[in-house]
Amino acid sequence: MRILVVEDDPVIADAVRVGLMLGGAIVDCVGTCADALAAVSTTRFSAIVLDIMLPDGSGIDVLREIRAGKETIPVLLLTARDEISDRVSGLDAGADDYLVKPFDLDELAARLRAITRRSGGRTDACLVHGAIRVDPAEAAVTVNGSPVPLSRREFAVLVALMERPGVIRSRSELEERLYGWDDDVESNAVEVHIHHLRNKIGRETIETVRGLGYRMRAI
Amino acid sequence: MMSLRLRLFLILIGATGLIWLAAVSWIYISSQRELEHVLDTRLQEAARMVASLAEGFGRSSSDDTDPKALPTLSGYERQLSCQIWSLDGRLIAKSSGAPEGVLTDRKSGFSDHEINGEAWRVYAVEDASKGIRVLVGDRLGLRERLVGDLVKGLLWPALLIVPLLGLLIWLSLNRGFRPLAWIAEDLTRRKADDMRPVNVTATPSEVRPLTDALNQLFAKVELTRRHERDLTAFAAHELRTPLAGLKAQAQVAIAADDPAVMKHALRQILVSVDRTSRLVRQLLAISRLDARGEEQRAEPIVIGDLIDEIAGATAKPDAVTVSVDERLATLTWVANRECLELAIRNLHENAIQHMPSGGHVRWTIGSSPNDIVVEDEGPGIPENEMPQIGTRFFRGRFKSAVGSGLGLSISRLALERIGARLVLRNRTDTNGLRGELLRQA
Repeated sequence: MRILVVEDDPVIADAVRVGLMLGGAIVDCVGTCADALAAVSTTRFSAIVLDIMLPDGSGIDVLREIRAGKETIPVLLLTARDEISDRVSGLDAGADDYLVKPFDLDELAARLRAITRRSGGRTDACLVHGAIRVDPAEAAVTVNGSPVPLSRREFAVLVALMERPGVIRSRSELEERLYGWDDDVESNAVEVHIHHLRNKIGRETIETVRGLGYRMRAI
Repeated sequence: MMSLRLRLFLILIGATGLIWLAAVSWIYISSQRELEHVLDTRLQEAARMVASLAEGFGRSSSDDTDPKALPTLSGYERQLSCQIWSLDGRLIAKSSGAPEGVLTDRKSGFSDHEINGEAWRVYAVEDASKGIRVLVGDRLGLRERLVGDLVKGLLWPALLIVPLLGLLIWLSLNRGFRPLAWIAEDLTRRKADDMRPVNVTATPSEVRPLTDALNQLFAKVELTRRHERDLTAFAAHELRTPLAGLKAQAQVAIAADDPAVMKHALRQILVSVDRTSRLVRQLLAISRLDARGEEQRAEPIVIGDLIDEIAGATAKPDAVTVSVDERLATLTWVANRECLELAIRNLHENAIQHMPSGGHVRWTIGSSPNDIVVEDEGPGIPENEMPQIGTRFFRGRFKSAVGSGLGLSISRLALERIGARLVLRNRTDTNGLRGELLRQA
């Protein structure tokens, strides 16, 4: 999961970034409405964590603008204002969920998983493909019931592929999900992660579609 | 304290009663005098009348030892007693009720006597040509009864009137006090947060100062309460952000296996705690300023020394330099020290916070030698945000990392408390903000 965090408070932004990264997500942080809109227009995120009170405007306006561009990306609003009218206007503007500060980091991660799951049209919290079972909440993968330890990036690749089994994910798409703006990406990084993944969960599970990308092999 | 109504009632009843009493005693005394005069005159007339009627009593009665009975007088006259004596001391005649003894020794005129235990008023007239002395007497007891009857006749209606009067006074007092009762009723019916002014049009002019004072108090309380509400709402809102940071960083520190990540999170927690404690300090400062009345202890303060002291105690990055104009060392404001210190410290901290990458804070003297000026080299304030600056809790676009939006509010409020003003404008010579602390000399 690649998450955009729009939060002007450096301490909170830092905590959310590190916290979500510990849970296996790739996180980018911006602090203003303008930067948020620029980020959304250039990068595909799995979800956005959006603070309402931003120095150059309201997060609600950012949300409206995103929705006006027909973006269906899941958005979770963060705010310090605990008024029902605020929540209503936030949800009406197109937010998928809402958290009031101070919030619980685990709850934030769970809610993000829930809204991305819903946006992918799934109801089950776990991703299952044949013998492979991925639990995003625990960042755990089992094959035939026995746990398989994966690195953060390998996990991210597997989740990206299993979110829509059968759909081809291009190399650049996977790269986008694997690395934040601040990360250095080596040219063959995706291939290396796929190679390691195949070693851990089975050679035949991931299919290479020459010239297009990768997908889970149909069962 | 006794109720105003009861007090007024007692005073009015007392005064009325006293006047009645005075009137009654005056009537009593004057009627007594008048009556005495009338009765004395009648006594005199009766004596003369008897003397003129007593033709031949003196001469023909020398052998007559039995005193003749005088014709009985009718009505009131019956109270009178009459004796006719010859000049040689024989009782010639007497009226039926008259005592046996001589009524008076006096030859003529009025005199008072006690005869058989009764007080008498006697008038004597001598008629030498007829050789008789006529004595007409009147029992004083009767006279007093007469006066007493007269006064009693006056007193009974008076006694009846006094309670009636009391009732009337009581009723009109109640009526007079009704506006007060209305106000009291209005106030008791109110909810605790109802600070609407008392309706002044319905109150009598005597109560007006009281209601005016009440309304002024209401206005003051309402303002204070609004400030408090704003402050509470702001505090609740603004404390959530550092608390959210604290909580999230603490969770990161717990979840992190990597010691570097954990250390980073713990450092962020420290930053958050500093920020929160500064916010709390400022909230307390602003609530203290709000609670502070106009009156306060003022003392002469050397501005240069105060700024030096504050600048010395304020942490700043090495890249930020501070200069204090020497002329400020000769500038003295007579003001409350706490307020002025609060204002200057917040302006100073504000200047430093807005120059995280360094710059110069300059404290100097204004165009008027009594004014203080502070200049920084920060981003200044966008012109469209200028009007909102210093309204409480407003944080501009160029907010600092640790700012709460309270600093300028506190400075402005603290300066207001000591009768000074804060004027903020962007510098024209370079980027930065210029704050002027203006005070009438």
